[in-house]
Amino acid sequence: MTTSMPDADVLDATLRAALRSGGDFAEVFVEDRRGFRASFDDGRVEEPVSGRSRGAGIRVRAGASVGFAHTTDLSPTGLRDAAEVAASAARAGGVQPPGVPLSRRDVPAPNEVVAAPDNVAKDRKVGLLRVAEEAARAEGSAVFQVACTYGDSRRRILVANSDGLLSGDEQVKTFFSVSADAVGDGGKQSGRETVGHTAGFELFDTVDVTDLARTAARRALRKLEAVPAPSGTMPVVIGPGGGGVLFHEACGHGLEADHIHKDVSVFTGRVGEQVANPMVTLIDDGTMPREWGCYAIDDEGRPAQRNVLIADGVLVDYMWDRLRADRDGRDASSGNGRRQSYQHLPMVRMTNTYIANGDSHPDDIVADTPHGVYVAHLGGGQVNTATGDFVFGMTEAYLIEDGRLTAPIRDGNLIGNGPEVLLLIDALGNDFAMGSPGTCGKDGQGVPVGDGTPTLRVQRLTVGGTAA
Amino acid sequence: MHDDLTGESLAALGDRVVAQARHGEEIEVVAVRSAETDVRAWDGGVESFASATADGVGIRVVIDQRQGFAHCGSHDEAIVAETLAEARDNAAFGTPDEFLGVAAPDGVSAPNLELWRPELAEVAPETKIDLALELERAALAGDRRIRGVESADYADTLSVGAVVTTSGIRSIDRSSGCHLSVFSVASAGEDTQTGFGFSVGRGLDELDVQEAAEGAVERAVRLLGARKPATTRTTVVFDPWVTAQFLGLVGATLSGEAVVTNRSLFADRLGEPVASTRLSLTDDPTDAAAFGAGPFDGEGLATRRNELIGAGVLQRFLHNSYTARRVGTASTGSAVRGYASVPGVGAMALAVAPGDCGAAELVAGIEDGVLVQEVSGLHSGVNLVSGDFSTGAEGLRIRNGELAEPIREFTVASTLQRMLLDVVAVGSDLTRLPMTAAGVTLVVADVTVSGE
Repeated sequence: MTTSMPDADVLDATLRAALRSGGDFAEVFVEDRRGFRASFDDGRVEEPVSGRSRGAGIRVRAGASVGFAHTTDLSPTGLRDAAEVAASAARAGGVQPPGVPLSRRDVPAPNEVVAAPDNVAKDRKVGLLRVAEEAARAEGSAVFQVACTYGDSRRRILVANSDGLLSGDEQVKTFFSVSADAVGDGGKQSGRETVGHTAGFELFDTVDVTDLARTAARRALRKLEAVPAPSGTMPVVIGPGGGGVLFHEACGHGLEADHIHKDVSVFTGRVGEQVANPMVTLIDDGTMPREWGCYAIDDEGRPAQRNVLIADGVLVDYMWDRLRADRDGRDASSGNGRRQSYQHLPMVRMTNTYIANGDSHPDDIVADTPHGVYVAHLGGGQVNTATGDFVFGMTEAYLIEDGRLTAPIRDGNLIGNGPEVLLLIDALGNDFAMGSPGTCGKDGQGVPVGDGTPTLRVQRLTVGGTAA
Repeated sequence: MHDDLTGESLAALGDRVVAQARHGEEIEVVAVRSAETDVRAWDGGVESFASATADGVGIRVVIDQRQGFAHCGSHDEAIVAETLAEARDNAAFGTPDEFLGVAAPDGVSAPNLELWRPELAEVAPETKIDLALELERAALAGDRRIRGVESADYADTLSVGAVVTTSGIRSIDRSSGCHLSVFSVASAGEDTQTGFGFSVGRGLDELDVQEAAEGAVERAVRLLGARKPATTRTTVVFDPWVTAQFLGLVGATLSGEAVVTNRSLFADRLGEPVASTRLSLTDDPTDAAAFGAGPFDGEGLATRRNELIGAGVLQRFLHNSYTARRVGTASTGSAVRGYASVPGVGAMALAVAPGDCGAAELVAGIEDGVLVQEVSGLHSGVNLVSGDFSTGAEGLRIRNGELAEPIREFTVASTLQRMLLDVVAVGSDLTRLPMTAAGVTLVVADVTVSGE
C-alpha cells in the first residue's frame, strides 16, 4: 500500500477548495501513524498489537468560526470533498485571502532517532518484557503479579496552510512501564514505574528495564507497611521530578491562552504580576531533546519553542496556538498548537513544563520540615482552571516527623488552589529531574507531555487521607 | 454515511477476512463506522463546527494457542489485508495459553433495543447549531451571577459495528446518540465557581436545553462563596453524578480480568456480604433506557442482565469468553472494547436498585454531613488493587437536615471496601447519565472529609 503523503499541488488545490466560498484561513493537517505495543501480565506475553491510522484534518476559519472535517481518503478528490465540508461548516464570512504559493519550511528535530522502531525486530521488543518481569518478581516473594508494557509509535505529519506554509515532522516515541502488585498482612498494594522518550529503541542503551522493574516492585513492597495517609492541611515536600505534575495542574493549564481568552483562568489579566514565590521560574519547552513532549513543529506547523512563563515569580506570558495568537494580534503562536490526531482540532497545549533549579540541598529541605508529608512519586492530577482548585495523586509517599522520612503512607489525592500554592512554595532544591512521561487530557484530547522539578516544599497543602 | 450505514457492508468486510482463515486459525474481525457532528457555541456565535465519518477495523488471530492483534483506521481492502498479516505475525510472539480463543455462539438471543434513529443523520446542520446557540443563551440567562459560559456543545454520533468470527458469530449493532453539554461560570465579587449541565438522548426529541442549562447554572451558583471546610469524619451524600462515577469504580473491581489476575478486591468472596444490605447492583445493557445499552458485547455475544450484588451479597463477576474459560464459567456477555483493542471485561450499564426516599428526604434525615456534587482526580486518587479511595470534592454542608453553606477544596477518603459496607441509604432518584452507570443519591457514613 501507499505510504506517501499528498504532494504540494494536491495540498494547494485542497486549500483553494477550502476557501472557495470565503474564509480567512485554511489548513490541511495530514497524519500517518504506526504503533506497536506488547504487554506481559499474569505470567505470559499477551497478544502484541500493531496499529495504523492515516488521514487528514481540514480546518477553515471564517471570522470567529472554525469549520472542520477529516477523512481517511488522501486522494485529490477525497481531500477536496473534506475541504468542502469544512468550508460549508465554517459558514461563509470573512474574505478569501490571496493565494500564497506553498513553500516547504522544515525545521530540524530536537534529536535524532537512531534505531527506528520499524527496523527493530519484534522479538527484541518482546524480550524486554520477560527481563523486567523476572527482575520485579526477584524483589520479593510478596510480589504476586507483574505487568509490563513496551510501546513505540511513529507519527509522520504534514501541515499546509493558506499562508503558504508547508512543513513536516516525524515523531518517534518509545516507552516502557512496569507495575507490580504485592500482598501482605494488610492487603494488596501496587507500584508502578514508567519511562518514555521521543526516541527509538536506542532508549534501552541508557535505560535498564530491570531498574524500572525493581523500582516498581519496591514501591509496592514498601507500601505493604503503609499507614493510612493523614488528613488535613500540612507542609508537603515533593521529590525531584514529581513536582512537575503539581505545576502542570496548579498553573500550566491556567496559562493556556484559550482559557485566558474565555476568561476562565485565575491567571487572566495577571501578566507582569508576582504570581509565585520569587524563587520560581517556570518554562515550557518543546525543544528539549528526547523528552516526551518535544517535536520539531507543532500540529499547526509552527516550530517548537522554549517559552518562559514565569520568571523569578513574575508572570511573563501565556502559551498560544494560531487561533488565539491571531485574535490577540500577535505575530505568531508560541509553538503550542497541538492535537491528538488528524480527527481533532488543535488547541493550546503544554509540551515539557518544568521549574528551574533552586539553591537548597534536598536533604536540608526535609530536615527543615518538622512534620508533614514527603511525596516521592505522583500519579497524575486534574484542575479546574476557572477556580484554580487542583488535585494530584501520591503513589509513593512518607510521613515527615522531626525532619526525617518515617512511615510510608497509603495512596491518596492532595488538593490545593493554584495561585495560593505558587505563593506558598518556600523551598526549591538543586536536584532537578524530569518526571515520568504523561498524557495530558484536555477537552477529550490526550497528548504526550513531560514535566520536571527539583525537590520543592509547599508550606500548606491538604492531604486527602483518612487518619486524624 | 447514508447508504453504507446498514452494517451489512461492515459484516461483509468481516466475512471476507474470516474466509481467509488458515487451517487451525481462529479469526475475529470487528469493523466500525461512525459519523459525528460536534458544534461548539461561544459568545453568541459558532466557535467550531466539525463533521466527519471515521472507520476502524480490528483483527484478532488465534493460532496454536497464541494470540495476535492489529488494527487500522480504514476499511480500505489493501490496508485491511496488511492488518490481517500484522495480526498473524504478532501471534507468533505471544505466550501459548489454552484458554485463548474467539467467543463461540452461546444461544443467547440479543435483545431488540431500538437504539437507532436514522433521522439524526438527516437533521440540518443549522438545527444543530441553533441548539448549541440556544443552550448558551439559556445558561447565560439562568441567573444574573452567571458571567460566562466556557463552552456550550451539541454533539451527535451514529455508529455501526459488526463482529464476525470463524466460530460463526456475525453480529451487527447500530446505535445513535446525541447530547448537549454546557459549562457555566458564576461570579460574585472575587469569587468564581463553575458548573456542568447536560442532556442526553438517542434523538433530538429527547434533548432538553433547559434541563442542561439549569443544571449548569444551579451547580455553579450554589457554590458561590464556598470555603474550605474543617477536617472531620462524617456522613457524605453523593449526588447522582458522583455516585455514577463511584459505581463505575466498583464495577471495575468486579471484572473477570481483575479476578483471574488476582487483583480483584473481592476475589473469593462470591456469596459473601461485601456491601450494605441496602445495596443491590446490576449491570443491564439490555435496558434500552440505559446510556450504555446495546444488543451485543465486544465479542459479538448477546448482552444480558447480570446481577452483581444482591442485598449486599456478591452474586457474580463479569466475564468475557477468555476470563470465563479461565475460571470455568460462561461469558456474561461483558466483553468491552474499541476496534483498536482486544476485548477486555467491563460493565456497560450499571444501576443500583433505587430506595424509597428522594434526595431532599435523605438530606432531611442527616444532622451533620456533606453533600458532594463534584469530584476530581478519581484517576489519580483511587487504587483499585488496595481499594484506597481519595478524591478532590466540592459541595454543600448539611446541617440539621438542611443544605447549608457551600464548601470546596477538600477531599473525601475511605476505601472502596468500607464505603460499600457503609452505605446507609439509597435514593429513589435513579438518573440516566452519559456514563457506564446510572446515578442515584447515595448516603455513605463514616467518610473522612479533609480540609483545614
